[in-house]
Amino acid sequence: MTGTPLLSVEDVAVDLPTARGNLRAVDRVDLTLGAGRTLGIVGESGCGKTMLSRAILQLLPKKAKLSGRVMFDGQDLARCSAETLRKLRARSLAVVFQDPMTSLNPVLTIGTQLIETLQEHLELDGMAATKRSIELLAAVGIPAPEQRLAQYPHQLSGGMRQRVAIAIALSCEPKLLIADEPTTALDVTIQAQILDLLAREQKRRHMAMIIITHDLGVVAGRTDEVAVMYAGRVVERAPTQALFKHMRMPYTEALLAAIPKLDTAPHTPLPAISGRPPDPTRPLIGCSFAPRCRYAAGRCEAEKPKLAAAETADHLYACFHPIKLAAGVGA
Amino acid sequence: MMQQATTAPLLKVENLVVEYVVGNKIVHAVSDVSLEIVRGETLGLVGESGCGKSTLGRAVLQLRPAVSGKVLFDGEDLTAMQGEALRKMRRRVQLIFQDPIASLNPRRKIGDIIAEPLVIAGIKDPKERLDRVSKVLNAVGLDPALVVGRLPHEFSGGQCQRICIARALVLNPEFIICDEPVSALDVSIRAQILNLLEEMKARFGLTLLFIAHDLAVVKAVSDRVAVMYLGRLCEVGPSEQLFAKPAHPYTALLIEAIPVPDPDVRPAESVAVGEPPSPIAPPSGCRFRTRCPRADQKCASEMPELRTVRPGQYAACHHPLTDQGA
Amino acid sequence: MATLDLVIQEDVTATPVRSTRRLGRLFWAALGWVIFVFAAATLVDVLPLPSPTDMDMLERRAPVSALHWLGTDGFGRDELARLIHGARISLIVGLCAPIIGLTIGGALGMLAGYFRGRFESLVVGSMDVLLAFPPLILALAVTAYLGQSIPNLTFILGVLGIPAFMRVARAATLTLARREFVVAAQALGASHARILLRELLPNVMLPLLAFFLLGVAVTIVAEGALSFLGLGVPPPISSWGSMIGEGRESLDVAPQLAFIPAIAMFLTVLSFNLVGDSLRALTDPRQGAL
Repeated sequence: MTGTPLLSVEDVAVDLPTARGNLRAVDRVDLTLGAGRTLGIVGESGCGKTMLSRAILQLLPKKAKLSGRVMFDGQDLARCSAETLRKLRARSLAVVFQDPMTSLNPVLTIGTQLIETLQEHLELDGMAATKRSIELLAAVGIPAPEQRLAQYPHQLSGGMRQRVAIAIALSCEPKLLIADEPTTALDVTIQAQILDLLAREQKRRHMAMIIITHDLGVVAGRTDEVAVMYAGRVVERAPTQALFKHMRMPYTEALLAAIPKLDTAPHTPLPAISGRPPDPTRPLIGCSFAPRCRYAAGRCEAEKPKLAAAETADHLYACFHPIKLAAGVGA
Repeated sequence: MMQQATTAPLLKVENLVVEYVVGNKIVHAVSDVSLEIVRGETLGLVGESGCGKSTLGRAVLQLRPAVSGKVLFDGEDLTAMQGEALRKMRRRVQLIFQDPIASLNPRRKIGDIIAEPLVIAGIKDPKERLDRVSKVLNAVGLDPALVVGRLPHEFSGGQCQRICIARALVLNPEFIICDEPVSALDVSIRAQILNLLEEMKARFGLTLLFIAHDLAVVKAVSDRVAVMYLGRLCEVGPSEQLFAKPAHPYTALLIEAIPVPDPDVRPAESVAVGEPPSPIAPPSGCRFRTRCPRADQKCASEMPELRTVRPGQYAACHHPLTDQGA
Repeated sequence: MATLDLVIQEDVTATPVRSTRRLGRLFWAALGWVIFVFAAATLVDVLPLPSPTDMDMLERRAPVSALHWLGTDGFGRDELARLIHGARISLIVGLCAPIIGLTIGGALGMLAGYFRGRFESLVVGSMDVLLAFPPLILALAVTAYLGQSIPNLTFILGVLGIPAFMRVARAATLTLARREFVVAAQALGASHARILLRELLPNVMLPLLAFFLLGVAVTIVAEGALSFLGLGVPPPISSWGSMIGEGRESLDVAPQLAFIPAIAMFLTVLSFNLVGDSLRALTDPRQGAL
């Protein structure tokens, strides 16, 4: 936590004009991430986590308007030229997406995609790039890597494709890797393997990583810090242990409680969260979670709570009636 | 070999084999699966993608032709039925799908969609149909007045799934197959729908076959659980018992791989080796042997059958995990 | 512990989501032209125009005048009257021929896409044979054998359009038949007929109708081409194509005789294309992602 963080997202907001009015996908988010650390961003669909990752990567749709600063390695990505951004990508900033079938080019061989990236960004020649590609494929756990170079994405299984996508992302030794739902489309046994792989590579390369997911289980064991998003805002942010052990946001508590767990007896009714997330084109004046929150009171509907730290400096939350510190993990 | 039920089972699947042709290769989707479901029980069927659980669900409903084997519903053989008899049988057995929005015809109004089973069953009076549609919509927690005249794209995933459940319930079926009913839904909506299914089961006296890949979800709603791998059953047993003391190495592997939302539980270095083989060329003998840390020569040469490992629990393994009393 | 909500009343938004894609000005202009042509063609008999067949040999190739608003052609016949009567012919053939394609081709395509197997191979194969047939030779053969008339012309153009409609219907049915709402209908015990009519047809209808409008445009041009070659409508009935053909002889002295019907055809074909395109884009179910 000493020195300037590698990534600093400052007051970032993303607005999308839609037919139904302005859609605030990301509502003034602040985040920091130090080199070599892992941040987990957790939220359900529509909470803005994907838009936030696109904002960091500067891959927003054309119609979107971005405000705020995205400081990466001392530069504001939102104000960089296209050329600077291009150089930063792959070299410093890499991304792994959810669906490897669509993130890999289906008409190019694995080898071509890997070698092209290496040649483009590291300026290696053909032979060196091929050798490096084989090393990378072996490092991500793909058996018989030499044969894979000539194969097409559709000839590989989902897990293999995701490994290839990770290999491409890691090929140029990035400083930050953003993994956007990297295992959601995969089976649970393969999921564990891929997450292990990411953790291993991160340690080896001292890389910073952001894991975006809807699964609290994925972030529990594999992140240093967790940020929970709801309706476009970060509603709680804390070191992982602190978040699970002393959660303050009712939403985090409710989310954790609503997940079926393996140690609960069958036919135990699940504490479901009633209602649905708010319509992003019609934002509420007060707290976005208030209509569904069992602790909500008058102030919650009139005013939006700010994300702030109270008792401990690194545990921030946005709530007027946080859960009492004495309570443990709900569930 | 299976649990001796005191009452005849409502559904009995005997040695079901389902294969289909892709290109010029045969995919062994379901290979010799037998199971029983007693009236009023929920059997969870769990496995990863490609294990054949969805195919099994569809084959039970005769939506996919079986190569061999029988499906007995309330004593009658569904595989031998055709035409009108089969159509009548369909009213007693219903299906809920994974993608709730794709399960609804985008160009038809909700009211018509839910009334469709009634029309097919020959209920001619529109007032009676509307009445039953309204009743069932209320049961699933939707206001009929706001829902009946609209199109599916106006609703969220969770609401569409409620509509699908309403459609499945409108004919008062006895048996419902739920094929991954909550996988496509958000975490907070999943709990709502699972609670709803439990409540509907109690209210309408249903028997369920609950197919999913998420073990925790399956455990939450099932009395007994069956684990499938590459077209064959690995293990069957009561939920609590099976998850507390799994006998088959694959079950143990699945349990271990689940990410637990507790930071103190260090995710174990996964013992899963490699990827599942293709159902086009499954391994000889035990199909799990290529990824099993306990596999030996016997596993390659001899196909294990489901054998009792504990009262009520059966595993198809030559070296089940009870050897060490684990 | 959070409260147990077993029965949760869902709050459905009171106002339905409206589709808000707008139709551009070009669409309305195109639609306006189509309606205008329709109206003119329907009302031509009550309009105060000279007969299209009255020849006034003294006024051949006359320029625009009070009597003849667009002048006269090589035989002294009123150009405007011939133009509007020509519109009638073009529209009749242009609409009726694709209807043959839509009904027969659409039905075959849906059945092929739904039942698949050998029936599908048979249908696709026979359509391929039909497509391989040089259309002009077919037109010649039919007119030679059955004679030149509007019904025969409509018949030829209709039959030639069947493969295209079959393809569109089959493609749409193939994607839809695999979707879960069709499996749901099968699981309910719906008969094949019911599934085809109630589940698939409402969804296949839209791309077919959009394609139909494009088909109208193509047919008008095709009819024009055949009439230009003298294989289309028999004289003295005028169609835009035959007018262009006749105007060819007077290109150096009275070029408007060829250009006026050509422009009329161009505007009408373009309008049908625009309307068809807009409707197709409008009815494409779009799903916004965040």
